[in-house]
Amino acid sequence: MRAVGIILAGGNSKRMRELSNKRAISAMPIAGSYRSIDFALSNMTNSHIQSVAVFTQYNSRSLNEHLSSSKWWDFGRKQGGLYVFTPTITAESSDWYRGTADALYQNLTFLKNSHEPYVVIAAGDGIYKLDYGKVLEYHIEKKADITVVCKDMPEDEDITRFGVVKTNDDGRILDFEEKPMVASSHTISCGIYVIRRRQLIELIERCAAEDRYDFVRDVLVRYRNLKRIYAYKMDTYWSNIASVESYYKTNMDFLKPEVRDFFFKQYPDIYTKIWDNPPAKYNPGAAVKNSLVSSGCIINGTVENSILFRKAYIGNNCVIKNSIILNDVYIGDNTVIENCIVESRDTIRANTTHIGTPDNIKIVVEKNERYTL
Amino acid sequence: MIKKEMIAMLLAGGQGSRLGVLTAKVAKPAVSFGGKYRIIDFPLSNCINSGVDTVGVLTQYQPLRLNTHIGIGIPWDLDRNVGGVTILPPYERSKGSDWYTGTANAIYQNLEYMEMFNPDYVLILSGDHIYKMDYEVMLDYHKANNADITIAAMPVPIEEASRFGVVITDDSNRIVEFEEKPEHPRSNLASMGIYIFKWSVLKDALIKLKDEPGCDFGKHVIPYCHTKGDRIFAYEYNGYWKDVGTLGSYWEANMELIDIIPEFNLYEEYWKIYTNSDKIPPQYVAENAVIERSIIGEGSEIYGEVYNSVIGSGVIIGRGTVVRDSIIMHNCVIEDGAVVDKAIIAEDVRVGNGAHLGVGEYAPSKYDPKVYQFDLVTVGEHSVIPPNVQVGRNTAISGVTEPEDYKDGMLASGDYIIKAGGVQ
Repeated sequence: MRAVGIILAGGNSKRMRELSNKRAISAMPIAGSYRSIDFALSNMTNSHIQSVAVFTQYNSRSLNEHLSSSKWWDFGRKQGGLYVFTPTITAESSDWYRGTADALYQNLTFLKNSHEPYVVIAAGDGIYKLDYGKVLEYHIEKKADITVVCKDMPEDEDITRFGVVKTNDDGRILDFEEKPMVASSHTISCGIYVIRRRQLIELIERCAAEDRYDFVRDVLVRYRNLKRIYAYKMDTYWSNIASVESYYKTNMDFLKPEVRDFFFKQYPDIYTKIWDNPPAKYNPGAAVKNSLVSSGCIINGTVENSILFRKAYIGNNCVIKNSIILNDVYIGDNTVIENCIVESRDTIRANTTHIGTPDNIKIVVEKNERYTL
Repeated sequence: MIKKEMIAMLLAGGQGSRLGVLTAKVAKPAVSFGGKYRIIDFPLSNCINSGVDTVGVLTQYQPLRLNTHIGIGIPWDLDRNVGGVTILPPYERSKGSDWYTGTANAIYQNLEYMEMFNPDYVLILSGDHIYKMDYEVMLDYHKANNADITIAAMPVPIEEASRFGVVITDDSNRIVEFEEKPEHPRSNLASMGIYIFKWSVLKDALIKLKDEPGCDFGKHVIPYCHTKGDRIFAYEYNGYWKDVGTLGSYWEANMELIDIIPEFNLYEEYWKIYTNSDKIPPQYVAENAVIERSIIGEGSEIYGEVYNSVIGSGVIIGRGTVVRDSIIMHNCVIEDGAVVDKAIIAEDVRVGNGAHLGVGEYAPSKYDPKVYQFDLVTVGEHSVIPPNVQVGRNTAISGVTEPEDYKDGMLASGDYIIKAGGVQ
C-alpha cells in the first residue's frame, strides 16, 4: 500500500455522558468482543497499510492498554508498525493537542519521515468496514487534492453532529458545513480522508503558521473552493458512536443478521486484542433470546435482546432486557436490568433494579465489593 | 552461553487410535476440546504458567493441524528470543532416516536440541492429557529430594489401578518398585507419564539404550535407571487429571465442564488456558433458541435447542434442531429440524435438514467394538450427513456420505460408513 495511516483517537464527547469518564471514545467496547478503534485499525491492516500512527490525548489509559501489543492487528513488523503518539513537552511546545490539525502538526516528523506518497486519516469512533485502497484509487482517478469518505444518511436521521457536504455530479465537494443546524444536504462526512503526504505536510504547516488547529474547519472548509476536494460515497454500514444514543443503537444493530453477516462473516475480519477467556457457559435457569454473548460469560438467568460483553456474570433469576452489559460485569441474583448500559467492571448487588426507557437509556455505574468463587 | 534451568519435551506424535474417526486425519493432541481448545493447549499452557519457556514439541502422526495450531507459539507467549516453542519432527540423516520408534527414542533423536539449552533438568510431557499442574512446584520437590528422576503420580481407585503403570513407594516417596498394568496392584499410585529428569541422567540413559527397539520411558528408560540405583521419586498429584484416550473418557471429560461448578474449572483467573483461536465475534442466540447446561464457543449461532452439550466456535445450530448430550466441534453446521443425541461430531461437519443422529437402541459396533463401545455416534471431520436420514446409536461416520449410503434412509445402530476422501 502506498499510504501511511493516522487514526485520530484523542476525542471525548459530552454526549457520551458517564461512559466517557473512564475512557476515550475510540476505546468504547463494541459488539461484544471489540473496541471502536479495532474497526479503523483492522481496515488499515486489511488495506495493507503497514505503518499506522494513533493520536491519543483524552483519558487514554484504556486505549493504551488495548494497544499494548500491535500483533493483534498484524502490525509490529520490521517494515512499518503501530505508533501511539500522545502530546509531549518539547523544546518548542508544551501544549496539548489543540485540535486535529495541531495533533498532526505536533507529529509532523512521523509524516516527514515516512516515504509512502499518501496518507489515510481516519477517526477512531467509526464502525465500518472499508478498503482504503479503493478510496485511494478514486482519489487518484479524480486527481483530487483531498478525498473525504462520505455517506448519504436517511432523510429522517438527525445529522446535526456531523459535517455536511454538497457535491456536484462528478463528486467534487462544493460546500462543506460543520455541524449545521439546518443542513443543505443529507450527505455527511465520515471523518475519513485520503491526501497526498506532501500536500498534507504543506497544509498543516500553513495552518500552524496561522495559529489554526482544526483539520475540518481550517483545512476542509477553508480550502473547499481552492483545492480539489472529492467525496467518496460509502454504501455499506457505517456508524459513528460518539453519543449515548448512537452507541446504544450501533451495538443493537449487531442483533440484525445482515449487520452480523457483514462484520463477522464476510472477508476480511475485524481483529481485536485476545482475552483468552473460556467459552460462554449456560447453567440451568439460563434463558437467552435474541442476544449476543461473548466468551467468558456465565449465565444463570434470563437475557433478552441484549449484548453481553466478555466475562459478564448473570446471577440466578436475573432478567436482563434491551441492555448492554460491558466487559467483566458481575450481576447478583434476582436483579432486573432494562434499557440500560452497564459500565464495565461493575458489580451489581443482588435484588437490584435498574430501568431505563428506549428514549432515555440509563447508564449504570455501580462499584461494590465483589466476592467470586 | 545459553542456559535454561529446565526445558520441556512434549510428546505429541501419537495417533490416539482409540479415538477412532476423530483422529483419522489429526494427531490426538490436536483434537479439539472444551468448545474452544485443543488437547495440547493444556500442557502448553501449564508450561508457560509454570515459567517453562522452552518447549520442544515432538510430532510424527498427521502433524499439519498441530503445526498450524502451534505456529511460533504466540498464543502461549512461547515466541521467545531464546527458547520458545520448536516443532521437532523426525528427520533424515546422511545414513538413513528413522521414524520415532518410541517415546524415549523420539527424545533420543533430539539430543542436540536439548544440548543447545544446556539444561539442568528436562521435563517430559505427553500431549494428550487434560490437567493443570505447576511444574515449578514439581521441580522444587525434585530438587529437595536430590532426585535423579521424579515421576508425577496420582492416586486412582484401586480397582482401576490395573489399567495404569503403578509405582510402589517407601515412606520418603522414593519409588522402590514398578508394576506395569498389574493384575493385582499393590499400590494405587498411577504414573501420569510426566517426568523430570536430571539432564545428565536422561542423556546417559538415552545413549545407553539407543539401540533398544521402540525405546519407551515406561518400559525401558525408567526400569534401566531403577536397576542402576538412581534416586527415583513419586510426586503425588491430587488435582484433576484426565487421559482422554478413549471416546468414552473424551466425552466424559467434555461433559464435566458443564457442571455448575466444574471440578476442572476453566474460569479461574490465575491459571489461564491459552489457545490459538481465529474466531473473535460473540455468539448469537436467536429468538427461539433454548440453551441449558452447555458451553458454547465464539462466533457460533444458535437457532435451535441445546441441552447438556459442548459446542465449539463458529458452529451453526439450525431452527428447530435439538442437540442433546453431544460434543460439536468448530465450524460444524447442523441444519434445521435435525436431532443430535449423544454424538461426537468433529470439525467442519455438515448435518442435513431433518437428519436424526442417535436413534433406536444400543448395538455393539460392527466396525471396531474396542473403539466404539460407548454408545456414541461418532462423526469424523469434514463429513457430510445428508438430509432426513436416520443414524442409529454407537455408529461411526467419516467422509461425504450420500443418501444411497443409507439403506432405506437409515444407518442401523452399531453400523458404520467410512468413505475415503473426507477432506475436501
